[in-house]
Amino acid sequence: MIEVRNITKRYGHLTAIDRVTFRVEKGEVLAFLGPNGAGKTTTMRILTSFIPATEGTAQVAGFDCADQPDEVKKRIGYLPETPPVYQELTVFEYLAFVGKLRGLSGADLTAGMNRVMERLSLGSVRQRLIANLSRGYRQRVGLAQALIHDPPVLILDEPTVGLDPKQIIEIRELIKSLAGSHSVILSTHILPEATAVCQRVVIINGGRIVAEDTPDQLSARLRRSEKISVTLKAPPANVLERFRTVAGVEHVMTTPDPRTILIECALGRDIREEVARFAVGQDWGLLEMKPVAMTLEDVFLKLTQREDGLSKADDATESERH
Amino acid sequence: MVYPKRTTPPKVNDTNAMPPVQAIIAKELRSYFVSPIVYVVGSVFLLTFGFLAYLYIVFTGAQAIQLMQMQGGTAQINLNDLVFRNLFASMRFVLLLILPILTMRLLAEERKLRTFEFLMTAPVRVSEIIVGKFISVYLVFIGMLLLTTLVPLTLALFSDFDWYPVLTGYLGMTLLGGFFLAVGLFASSITENQIVAAFTSFGLLLMCWLLAGLGSLLGDTPAGHVVSYLSFMEHFDHLVRGLVDTKDLVYYVSGTVLMLFLAHRVVDSSRWK
Ligand SMILES: Nc1ncnc2c1ncn2[C@@H]1O[C@H](COP(=O)(O)OP(=O)(O)OP(=O)(O)O)[C@@H](O)[C@H]1O
Ligand SMILES: [Mg+2]
Repeated sequence: MIEVRNITKRYGHLTAIDRVTFRVEKGEVLAFLGPNGAGKTTTMRILTSFIPATEGTAQVAGFDCADQPDEVKKRIGYLPETPPVYQELTVFEYLAFVGKLRGLSGADLTAGMNRVMERLSLGSVRQRLIANLSRGYRQRVGLAQALIHDPPVLILDEPTVGLDPKQIIEIRELIKSLAGSHSVILSTHILPEATAVCQRVVIINGGRIVAEDTPDQLSARLRRSEKISVTLKAPPANVLERFRTVAGVEHVMTTPDPRTILIECALGRDIREEVARFAVGQDWGLLEMKPVAMTLEDVFLKLTQREDGLSKADDATESERH
Repeated sequence: MVYPKRTTPPKVNDTNAMPPVQAIIAKELRSYFVSPIVYVVGSVFLLTFGFLAYLYIVFTGAQAIQLMQMQGGTAQINLNDLVFRNLFASMRFVLLLILPILTMRLLAEERKLRTFEFLMTAPVRVSEIIVGKFISVYLVFIGMLLLTTLVPLTLALFSDFDWYPVLTGYLGMTLLGGFFLAVGLFASSITENQIVAAFTSFGLLLMCWLLAGLGSLLGDTPAGHVVSYLSFMEHFDHLVRGLVDTKDLVYYVSGTVLMLFLAHRVVDSSRWK
């Protein structure tokens, strides 16, 4: 549905995005993840035909974003970074206006308006002026605007910014429910959001794509070993050496909590049983044992900070490795 | 010859849909009447019109009394020449001052409040946006003009005058106003700052006005004629005197179209940066 090939966008000397390539299949939800200034908004503006790419091609539903903007615009719903609302209109008037610009009329228009007002819980504010709405409500009105004509492709620039936790969950559910029938691309710098709603994540940093995969695969790929954290009631002074004797253990590390120890083994091996039996056999008082998964957050920080030479995600554990 | 198959059928049917221009006009009118701008500009316009009309009538009355004292008996006074011509001529300046205030928000505000991105990514043509916005502000202006007809209608109750030059005067105001509004819309397209937009249109219109001065300076030369033709002064004078000449109509209509075209170009190219 969305196909981006080698697009570059330069503003004067500044390269906002640099040879970005990715695609979104029909029915897929893709997260565009990156820190501030990474080029997320720029990429989305190119996809919506708002600005042209300096180089490369972008296609939506088979239509070129630069050459056939009219066809592209008909097929997308777009939530820009700032919700594009008219302060002087009521929610109802605004949605009616948007629907008409989108070519809806009569029963279709009413149905579309009712559907989005219900899904975004806007019923209670329908007659209020948008100028008097809170930020979260304006964001919801902006989302309603993108959904009113039920477009096959949705481009959402930070859709959950400014929402309260309950609404964030509702909006994520809404986006998940769009998967299958709609192609969605959403940008965010919140990691759990990407994991929660998306089948695939593209991580962009400094205008370049640094990784692209499913959330699970991404964390697995960057994980070089399995880690388990073990908390003991009474660890002896030489606990690190003692654990090293257990078969399969490769590294043993301390953590800021003196009672908790991090044990590392080769990827794909599960040594929890051996470790547990050993700890119990030594009568150290095994309080807790759990696998430590590398979160997407770690992956994200690792990928986006590697270039600067400071990998904070690694500092905590790896400096204590040997 | 095989035609490439359409990948997706168009999602919306355009046959019974309300054309976007109509939706834009309705929305713009709504925005105008929710904000205080229209009420302030409208009141200033109507009060100035009424006050100037009153001044000219009183002045004319004083002249009539003088004439009667000098000549004795009844003197003919001409409302057309002494009231309406002066009134319309003064309104030119008033329109120049207040119409940019009406137009300054049209496009600048969209940019400032980031609704511009929405408009440009909606399936609407730039020409539809420009025309819709122009028509809406034109309707507001024509509404204001219609209210001023109370003055000639009231005068008609008490005195006798020739309606024809009054009507052509109104035609002149309508055409002149349309041109001013188009200049204002163009000025609003080049900036996101409404004050800058207003002053740009003042500037452009004043320059256009000063061309008349330059024209009369050059006198009866080809260059003089061209320069005078370019100013809106001369054309308006003809209409106020009751002379309807195609040349004058062409001047206003083409000036208006040119300005709308320029605004279109600016909006169309602004996203290609
Ligand atoms: N109109 C513009 N003119 C000049 N530079 C621009 C323009 N728009 C964006 N940029 C630059 O391009 C880069 C990418 O910006 P972009 O807005 O795409 O980032 P982003 O990933 O959306 O960031 P954020 O998370 O803060 O929204 C930034 O360095 C920005 O300064
Ligand atoms: Mg952004």
